[in-house]
Amino acid sequence: MNSPATEPPPLPLKLRGVTKAFGKTIAVDDVSLDLHPGELLGLVGPSGCGKSTLLRLIAGLERIDSGTIEVGCELVDDGRKWTDPEQRGVGLVFQDHALFPHLTVADNVGFGLRRRSAIERQTEVVRLLNLVGLEHLAKRYPHEVSGGERQRVSLARALAPGPRLLLLDEPFASLDPNRRTQVRSDLISLLRAAQTPAVLVTHDQTEALAVGDRVAVMCAGQIQQVGAPLDVYARPVNRFVAGFMGEARFLPLTAASGGLVTELGPVVGDSAAAANSLAVVRPSDVDLEVDPAGTAVIERAEYRGATWSYEIRLASDLLVLSTQPRSVVAPAGTRVHPRLATHHDVVIIPADEPPET
Amino acid sequence: MRWAQVRARTTRATWIAAAIVPALLVAWPVTTVVSSVLRPNGELWSQQWETRLPGEIVSSIILVLGVCMLSIVIGVGAAWLIAAYRFPGRQILGWALVLPLAVPAYILGFVTTAVLGVAGPVQTQWRNSFGTGAWFPEIRSMPVAIVVLSLTLYPYVYLLARAALHDQAGQAFAVARTLGAGRAEAARRVLLPMLRPAIAGGAAIVAMETLTDFATVQYFQVDTVTVGVFRIWRGTYDRDGAAEIASLVLAFALLAIAVEQILRGRARYAETGAGGPGLEVQRLRGVKAWGPTVTLGAVVLLGFGLPTLRLATWAYGEQTGPRGTPLLERYTDYLRNSLVLTLATVAICLVAAALVVNSRRFTRSRWVLVARRVSMIGYAVPGPVVAMGVVLALVGLDQAIEPLGGNLPGTVATGSFLALIYAYGVRFLAPAVASFEAGLEQVPPDLSASARSLGARPLTVVRSVHLPLTRTSILAAAVLVGVDALKELPVALLLRPIGFDTLPVWVYNLASESRFEQAALPALTIIIVAVAPVAILCRQLEARRS
Repeated sequence: MNSPATEPPPLPLKLRGVTKAFGKTIAVDDVSLDLHPGELLGLVGPSGCGKSTLLRLIAGLERIDSGTIEVGCELVDDGRKWTDPEQRGVGLVFQDHALFPHLTVADNVGFGLRRRSAIERQTEVVRLLNLVGLEHLAKRYPHEVSGGERQRVSLARALAPGPRLLLLDEPFASLDPNRRTQVRSDLISLLRAAQTPAVLVTHDQTEALAVGDRVAVMCAGQIQQVGAPLDVYARPVNRFVAGFMGEARFLPLTAASGGLVTELGPVVGDSAAAANSLAVVRPSDVDLEVDPAGTAVIERAEYRGATWSYEIRLASDLLVLSTQPRSVVAPAGTRVHPRLATHHDVVIIPADEPPET
Repeated sequence: MRWAQVRARTTRATWIAAAIVPALLVAWPVTTVVSSVLRPNGELWSQQWETRLPGEIVSSIILVLGVCMLSIVIGVGAAWLIAAYRFPGRQILGWALVLPLAVPAYILGFVTTAVLGVAGPVQTQWRNSFGTGAWFPEIRSMPVAIVVLSLTLYPYVYLLARAALHDQAGQAFAVARTLGAGRAEAARRVLLPMLRPAIAGGAAIVAMETLTDFATVQYFQVDTVTVGVFRIWRGTYDRDGAAEIASLVLAFALLAIAVEQILRGRARYAETGAGGPGLEVQRLRGVKAWGPTVTLGAVVLLGFGLPTLRLATWAYGEQTGPRGTPLLERYTDYLRNSLVLTLATVAICLVAAALVVNSRRFTRSRWVLVARRVSMIGYAVPGPVVAMGVVLALVGLDQAIEPLGGNLPGTVATGSFLALIYAYGVRFLAPAVASFEAGLEQVPPDLSASARSLGARPLTVVRSVHLPLTRTSILAAAVLVGVDALKELPVALLLRPIGFDTLPVWVYNLASESRFEQAALPALTIIIVAVAPVAILCRQLEARRS
């Protein structure tokens, strides 16, 4: 046996080539993914992209067709050998919380602790309820507490048996939008305090960026990109990720002496790639000047309080977006002269068609 | 401006009245029965108490408990097998298990006594094989009555349990498993408690139907309190006496409802959320896979397949035999009687339900809410109680208007067409209201509000918005009420005017005289018509799944 000091800590979750089809629809297509100890991974994608199916596969509620799933270095599913969900040590939090309606808050939390002695169980339930700040609601039934409280009960219940990792399926989707930010940051600090690695599924890219140590972007059953939130936003690998993770428009590139040129000006890049590449243009990348001789026209002006958001029709008929300070006022129809604010940070991606969503 | 206010006020008052009048008409006979106990006939009670009543009470209790328990075992067991396992024939059995609902207990009852009774083919064969003294279980007995009633009533439990398993239990089951509970443990600790309201609700309906019945139990010589009511009424026409004993049946019914409420307890079960993909289904392999198929198949065969087949062969033999033709003439007479009664009941219930349900849209009055609840009580009151209440109420009305020179049509003392239709209306308004309500729930209140803000008056809204959008549920209401009315036996036996026999009454009379072959054709007719709502129920079930 290797000495534990030299061995890196085991990965809580390791997926290799995981594939699952329902009839002819391939819900999860050759997904490989690692979760590091203590890590929060935001799994984001449009609805129907297979992210919830992936969670159900990891939890053991469905069987995979091929590939392998390892939880804590233990093989739990390879398409033949299969471990029951109750043996996996994988906690699950559903969108609508799925609390047991016939049990009190305390009994819900204690559900997974029945192999402990009564005293141990009670202490643990009290500890967890304290952790989520709900000790005063222990004797209430699920329908007698609020949505945000139900969510915390469901988290405490999932943490109770000491799972090797937690899966959270759209945990904020059923909450009031005004309270969501608060509940979200509470939940993050709770997960950090519990030091339980977790995969958090969401269809909201801002949520994924705000929550995850890393973000995995999924589309059409495949993982498109995995990385730190900053990287995924700033350096998308393809058109889908660029468009899904934030507002973006795409401009074709032409080769020029010493680099590449878009309709809005030169960008840094390899001129050999011009033919099959696109520049990702985010609203913050575009500057504009009001100019009666300009070849571009403001198509639409939207006031957003602190800023203006302009949609600009270029001479080539392509549209780009530009975010401008309040002082730059250009009503629809104004002729303008737009250009790139920066040459260096513009991302260049392959010009393939976006994947089907 | 003032004119508009006056009109608004009259509109409101009209809608409140529209809801309250049907509710009062439903409440009147029931309160009449209850109040009859306030002036008890001491002689009757002491005479009854010394003779039949104690035995009848014990029989009623054993029968209701037995039927409820057996129905729960069959209904919940079937729902669990269908929801959690994959085995040959699962899809077909899923809806076939509802079919026995189309066989009224009084029909399954007489088929059972005919086939298994002392003179029947099975026992004859048995005696030929093992000698005349060979032991055979007594068919005209309490246990067989319990089995027969359960085989026709378990679908109520099955339907509710299956819906509950499908709607809410899937995620809870999944969560329980990720928390370390195996399949069996998760079923015991999570599913069973979550099914409790469905079980309680289904069992309450089963108890009510069992209390209503007095035809089936008579085939099996089980004397219940309900049989007692029938005996007093048909034997002596002592309407006050019969009503007082009927109030005892009502007490049993109230007890059943109280037990249901207690079983529901403090935990409320209407969890939010669509419930996800339902239970994970386990595939059974090999010999084990055939276990559920055989068991559930046997239930469907005993409750529906075999009795229907037996009736069909009897009916065919009778019609092709020498006696066939005269019977067919009477058949059309009785069929017409049944249809007239059914159509009248459907019309009354649809109009009343439309008033009660729509008025909730146009007034916020609390009276309308109360009226809606009251209009539903007919279903929770056993048939004989409704029947006796209607008789007492109409006699009271007759006596009240007599000095004024008025006169109610028909001889109220022995039952009349008016009393019959009234009782049917009271009894079957509930499914009509429920169906209308389910339909109107599909029409968002905003839609009614927009129509009114566009200048439509309430009746116009009902006609041009509610009616077209709820057409299907109105049809469903008509079918449900119609089939219930067509099947109804106890109320018809108690209240029908002399000479006015319906199909069920005819079946009952023929079967009581052991003329089973002749009873087969009308019995088969009832079953065939009753399959219609079963098909509707199944479609709703399937629609909810997708």
